[in-house]
Amino acid sequence: MELLKKYPKLFQWLFLLAVFFALCFAIDVPETYKFIRGQAEFVKDPNQSAFVFLGKEVRYYAFDVFWRLPPLLGWLPIWINDSLFFLMNDWMPMEFWNEDTQEYKTRPLVLQITRNLTAFMTFLIELIREILLGGLETIVAFTSWDWIDANPWAELPGLPWTIVAAGSAILAYKLGGKGLALYALLSMTYISIFGQWKPSMQTLSFILVAAPLSFIFGLGLGVAAYKSKRVEKALYPILLVMQTMPQYAVLVPALVLFGVGDHAAVIITMIVAVPPMILLTLLGLRAVPPEVIEAGRMSGCSNWQLMSKVLIPTARRDILIGVNQVIMVCFSMAVISAFIGAKGLGFNLLLALNQLNIGLALEAGLCISLIAILLDKMSLAWANKQVDYFGNLNFFQRNKNSLFFGVIVIVGILLAYFGSIYFKDGYNYLFEVPHNKGISTADFWNKGVDWIFDTFFVYIKAFNTWLIVDVLQPMRALYLRMPAVATLVLVVGAGYLIGGVRSALVVCGLTLFIALSPWWDRALVTTYMATFGVLVSCTIGFTVGTLCFQNKHSTNFMLNVCDIFQTFPSFVYLIPVMMLFGITDTSVLIAVIVYATIPATRYTIEGLRSVPAGLHDAATMSGVTKFQRLFKIEFPLAFPHMMLGLNQTIVFALFMVIIGAFIGTEDLGQYILKALSDKKGAGIGLTLGICVAFIGLIFDNLIRTWVGQRKKHLGID
Amino acid sequence: MSEPVIKCQSVYKIFGANAERMLKEANGNVDAKTFQENGCIVGVNNASFEVSKGEMLVVMGLSGSGKSTLLRCISRLTDATGGKIFIEGQDLLNLNNKELIELRRNKMGMVFQSFALLPHKTVLENIAFPLQIKGIKTENSINKAMDMVKLVGLDGRENYFPRELSGGQQQRVGIARSLAVEPDIWFLDEPFSALDPLIRKEMQDEFLRLQEKLQKTIMFITHDFDEALKLADRIAIMKDGIIEQLDTPANIVLNPATEYVRKFTEEVPREKVLLIKDVMDEITSDNMGDIKVSKDEIIENVAEKILTQEKTVAVTDGKNNIVGSINPAKIINTVFGGRKNNH
Repeated sequence: MELLKKYPKLFQWLFLLAVFFALCFAIDVPETYKFIRGQAEFVKDPNQSAFVFLGKEVRYYAFDVFWRLPPLLGWLPIWINDSLFFLMNDWMPMEFWNEDTQEYKTRPLVLQITRNLTAFMTFLIELIREILLGGLETIVAFTSWDWIDANPWAELPGLPWTIVAAGSAILAYKLGGKGLALYALLSMTYISIFGQWKPSMQTLSFILVAAPLSFIFGLGLGVAAYKSKRVEKALYPILLVMQTMPQYAVLVPALVLFGVGDHAAVIITMIVAVPPMILLTLLGLRAVPPEVIEAGRMSGCSNWQLMSKVLIPTARRDILIGVNQVIMVCFSMAVISAFIGAKGLGFNLLLALNQLNIGLALEAGLCISLIAILLDKMSLAWANKQVDYFGNLNFFQRNKNSLFFGVIVIVGILLAYFGSIYFKDGYNYLFEVPHNKGISTADFWNKGVDWIFDTFFVYIKAFNTWLIVDVLQPMRALYLRMPAVATLVLVVGAGYLIGGVRSALVVCGLTLFIALSPWWDRALVTTYMATFGVLVSCTIGFTVGTLCFQNKHSTNFMLNVCDIFQTFPSFVYLIPVMMLFGITDTSVLIAVIVYATIPATRYTIEGLRSVPAGLHDAATMSGVTKFQRLFKIEFPLAFPHMMLGLNQTIVFALFMVIIGAFIGTEDLGQYILKALSDKKGAGIGLTLGICVAFIGLIFDNLIRTWVGQRKKHLGID
Repeated sequence: MSEPVIKCQSVYKIFGANAERMLKEANGNVDAKTFQENGCIVGVNNASFEVSKGEMLVVMGLSGSGKSTLLRCISRLTDATGGKIFIEGQDLLNLNNKELIELRRNKMGMVFQSFALLPHKTVLENIAFPLQIKGIKTENSINKAMDMVKLVGLDGRENYFPRELSGGQQQRVGIARSLAVEPDIWFLDEPFSALDPLIRKEMQDEFLRLQEKLQKTIMFITHDFDEALKLADRIAIMKDGIIEQLDTPANIVLNPATEYVRKFTEEVPREKVLLIKDVMDEITSDNMGDIKVSKDEIIENVAEKILTQEKTVAVTDGKNNIVGSINPAKIINTVFGGRKNNH
């Protein structure tokens, strides 16, 4: 009894667990239940009961509702599909002028809008692409194909790679100094020499369109949310879901609305990249000291002046960090949107992975990572750069970078001209190194992979078998063995114990949505994979983080490593694991672990670092040993921050599990991937995406609530 | 007497969802406790006062006393919940947004505790900011700002960024910025509180020098009673949103209206605050010596002179007419005995 009084929470938790296990044992696995590989679970079966709910037939085993809830939400994907098709094909038909046929045509409004939007996007992408690579499309957009035929000279020439490389080096120098400039020059030269120039520039042009557009929309919406509580409240749930929504899932409805190609990819990328921009804009504007705003007001600023001259410049750094985030999301999407036909490195990467040509995939992946790191570092340098005063410099000093770039352009053009004379075989290497003429290391890597396979096959195979048979299969069976009702009780109970009725209700709603969808079993498989990944990642991240924290140099080193790893587009992680483990669950899980270890490590280090120096000194003066300090002071205080890391780890793990569908899993991700090639997949894809997002949000809600309380309790913020 | 520059009539500021309704129901009798029970916090409670042209009113109070809120009501950075505020006869609360902006651009300047400089602008650009917001041409605004730089003694640093300046220098920029549009009314919200003591004293002297030259109408907020005594023409002491006492420094020291005010005055070195005229007696028929003291002297400066006399000393006004008398006992009593409010 005394124990009960001393630790009431502990006993509440024990009670919850007891109820959970009691339910698990009380509810038997129905004989009719089968987890069917690769098919929908609910095949027709004469033993099933059925009724029609909102136009969709719901089938379930009447006596086993406690085991799996009937899929009452089965109509949702169909409804989403029908609404989308109705919007696109039947809603609000109107007369529109058709430029090509020179007549009015009747078209549904939404179709017309999306077509105009895609045309605009296509124009933007082509414009940038042709500045970098040359082409006709932009001029055609202003004239016509006939005009081009009559005037064969009219073509955007494209920039020689030397100019682009030197230009990026100059920009890098201006933003981040010599080191960054050298990196820019080397990576660009590498890309060119190794024959990846064209796809790289395609990817770059995609990003140069998607990132600024996302920035503009994100900033605008962020400002709107800052100004109006109502806008913020309306945006908040969308922002929340988008943070945990797998990027695959957004692709599917976009297919219906915008079709296939770069333009659709840009629009989708914006949908994914705008939310973090909104959040960081909001964060930055909120962090502007109230007195600065008052000073602006007292200077007589109108609302517009206050926003443009006081608030946004003061929040500059946070907003630019938002730009950095946007760029990172764009890279990640540049690869994933290859699934809906975006050109560039991502497409090559996907193709190579499909053909199991690891060498080619590695080359493409390396180029993406090089550009991603370059743009990441450049945007960060821009964010951290302080404004300088130029008034006292003369014209040449002020514009030396632009002038230098002008010289580079002239030199580059001259070089390209000489090149066209010097290289007789039809390829001007000083203009662009063609794909098949560059140095290729693919063979080397492929041989390497073969060698690894030949040499270590036995060991890898043994490890693989052990992991799958002794760890993964039993764990999966355990997850699938949970009756839906027991899971619900466990999750809602945890919500109640952590955050009271409110939390319990939120979590209950999220879980019910998944449980009532037709994919509960698949969601369990996703959760099991994510759980396994998170457990291993957290163990590694926590250990590595704590060890590195003991020394200043290793701390910085580790944070840098985390930075670089985080820059890689998520898809790139699949390359090395496929190289080593082939096409198995192990590959996916190892990619998950590597990817999710980044936030686990980073947050451990940051958490430990956030312990105030004063406490450190106080502890040292009371004569603690290193271990005592770690366990009595640093861990308890850093724990809330580490838990936020856990939150991130879960999100990262879920993302990677879903992307792992590409290798072949049998969870929600696999269904999303299937929906991509399904004509009526939009509704299914979106619903599945929401399911994944909700899994993330359940943990997010519980962890954030707990961290909030804990921080309040400890008096830290 | 000409019209007061700032005039407040029963100003209330109450924070909370249904503040206005509660204020109406309270019928001019606002009790902070009952309001708090209903989820409202009383910031300013029935403040009425006037500030005339060229006067410096110092509002003194501890943190949470509502002094900053009062200032923000008068600059309309927040809207008062009830009452009336007149700026040079204009009803402040009835101004629309455009008129308000116009008023701020031409009539008001404000200095902030945390300086509130724009981090992305140089000293010169910061000072020129209100001018440029007004739409004055860049060249003119920069010239004007340069004058301000000289006024506050920052010449040579005009192209520095705020991050490169010390606290005292940053506040000089804040002061220059608030003066750039040549406002009639000058609000200062704890301008020196974030500075080190030595710098603070230096800035106070500088501030007095400026005011002597500029003769602005000033509302100065501080939590430092000594600062209030040193600078003020009149002091308003606030507690829990209520103005406890509003009077000249001498009267506050000599006649604290409430127990709360008296606590502040206890530790005050009276000889440094009070003037002879504050403590002198009427002209007596006593035998007065040859020594005379001016009625506008601070006691400290003439105490030795009076105390070495054993007789009553005559007090004169500016024209050397005898207007009163003071004897050594009175001085001793004022400096050492005045702990019990016995003027």
